[in-house]
Amino acid sequence: MIDLKNLTIKKARLALDAGEFSAVDLAQTYLNEIKNKNKELNAYLEVYNDVLDQAKVADDRIAKGESSPLLGIPLAIKDNILIKGKFVSAASKILANYVASYDATVITKLKKQGAVFLGRTNMDEFAMGGSTENSAYGVTKNPHDLKRVAGGSSGGAIVAVAANLALGALGSDTGGSVREPAAFCGIVGMKPTYGRVSRYGLITMGSSLDCIGQIAKNTEDVQIIFDAISGHDVLDSTSITDTTYPKQIFNKELVIGIPYDLAIGEGVSPEVRENFTQAVEKLKKLGFKTKNISLKNLDMSLAIYYIIMPAEASTNLARFDGVRYGLHKDGKNLLEDYMFTKGAGFGKEVRRRILLGTYVLSHGYYDAYYGKAQMVRNELKKEFTKAFESVDFIITPTAPFVAWKIGEKSDPVSVWLADIFTVTANIVGVPAISLPSGFLEIEGKKLPLGIQFMASHGREDLLFEISKRFEEINEK
Amino acid sequence: MDIEDVENLAELARIELSGDEKKEILSDMKGILEYVKQIEKVKMPIRQLADEKNEYNNLINVWREDKIESREFSKELILGQFPDTQDGFLKVKKIL
Repeated sequence: MIDLKNLTIKKARLALDAGEFSAVDLAQTYLNEIKNKNKELNAYLEVYNDVLDQAKVADDRIAKGESSPLLGIPLAIKDNILIKGKFVSAASKILANYVASYDATVITKLKKQGAVFLGRTNMDEFAMGGSTENSAYGVTKNPHDLKRVAGGSSGGAIVAVAANLALGALGSDTGGSVREPAAFCGIVGMKPTYGRVSRYGLITMGSSLDCIGQIAKNTEDVQIIFDAISGHDVLDSTSITDTTYPKQIFNKELVIGIPYDLAIGEGVSPEVRENFTQAVEKLKKLGFKTKNISLKNLDMSLAIYYIIMPAEASTNLARFDGVRYGLHKDGKNLLEDYMFTKGAGFGKEVRRRILLGTYVLSHGYYDAYYGKAQMVRNELKKEFTKAFESVDFIITPTAPFVAWKIGEKSDPVSVWLADIFTVTANIVGVPAISLPSGFLEIEGKKLPLGIQFMASHGREDLLFEISKRFEEINEK
Repeated sequence: MDIEDVENLAELARIELSGDEKKEILSDMKGILEYVKQIEKVKMPIRQLADEKNEYNNLINVWREDKIESREFSKELILGQFPDTQDGFLKVKKIL
């Protein structure tokens, strides 16, 4: 019997290479666990029928003496990343029977390493949401308290890892969709620098914000996945190279910047504030210098985000018109086909965001909303560049509160407020990671809390360094 | 914003909405716009316009050579995703 609870990608690698168990054994153990738990948690929308075949291929490669970090490692993939020949629906009815005709670049890279794909995981429809309540296929539940949301939009991928239904996962992060659920479920999630991981084959939401994120139980595993999938890709024109952002060294020792106004400000629950303050104390004990920082337009992040993201999403989602793929509803003419298909295929939140995006881009409102948001976004970028001259990290809580009860938040703006700390990294394009920082006990359940580190463009290496050190002290 | 604005947006976005839904979206939109409207308060320095232009000039287009590179795609798989086909082509309704 393989102890999945304490297993990591690193440990599994050693065990597979030493022949302690085979990739087939490992995959079968996960399949059994999925069978036991998935009905209740709803993490996977589909478990692939060729998992054991994939594992067998990995075993053959291991037998030949091959080894790569992810060879034979079972992973879960968010339902918006394309795997050739497999269904991919973005948890939407409009793509219910869509079969991918090519591999995303990240999938090509993982296949080369010999990773085993267990299945596709639940999400908010088209990644629009922070709770996975907007999936067309039912909500994903938080393994720490089944009455609560797992967070989102990558809720299924996060729960797969948190509930030991996969060793690692890929999600997507447009405004916090990997980091917020990671915090809600007590695991590690990272959004890399914009462009560092190819998005070829990711179903788009907001193209200037979208990133493919890495999900695992600890930083070391997240780093293994990041190393496997990052790198320049000619198929993604926004892809960057290792030299796009020169590594500048401003400080002799690592300094953590704390935007106190925001981090423990209005709307942040007292428990989150306390946990955050404790985390900062721990970091000080580790020898990190801290510095209070203040960014003029930081409090505008959420407003910028909820203008730019729907604008881009409304443009991107125009392609789902019932003509080339996906759902088709027949009307009297082509216009009716469009109207009926989109009306029937898109869920409520998606329709809301498309309309909002259409509004902020429309004549008469463009300058006041979209144009202005772009300007403030540029200002915020400059403020971040400036801030990273005097600090190496910016730390905040990952979310202002713990996972809420399913169905508790019905007003869209109240759900969006969960993204207050995470959207900024997407707006300015810097890498950010969420780490578990403790628990809050409510009604006899221990609910995880998380903290977030941001670093300057291209400095995932610094995030890994500080995260590993924080993990060591936090576990004690 | 009123119900006619919602109807207009729905038409622009090509989305069929029911009467109840229009009302619901109207009320949601009011709340959302109220929130994002705070962006109006941000004062932009006058140098902004000139700066913006510079910044856009710093952005580069990403080009590739105009030559065909063979990439493997399965015609059957792509055709299989079309709602309607005829003789191996995508079939659409007439436009005019």
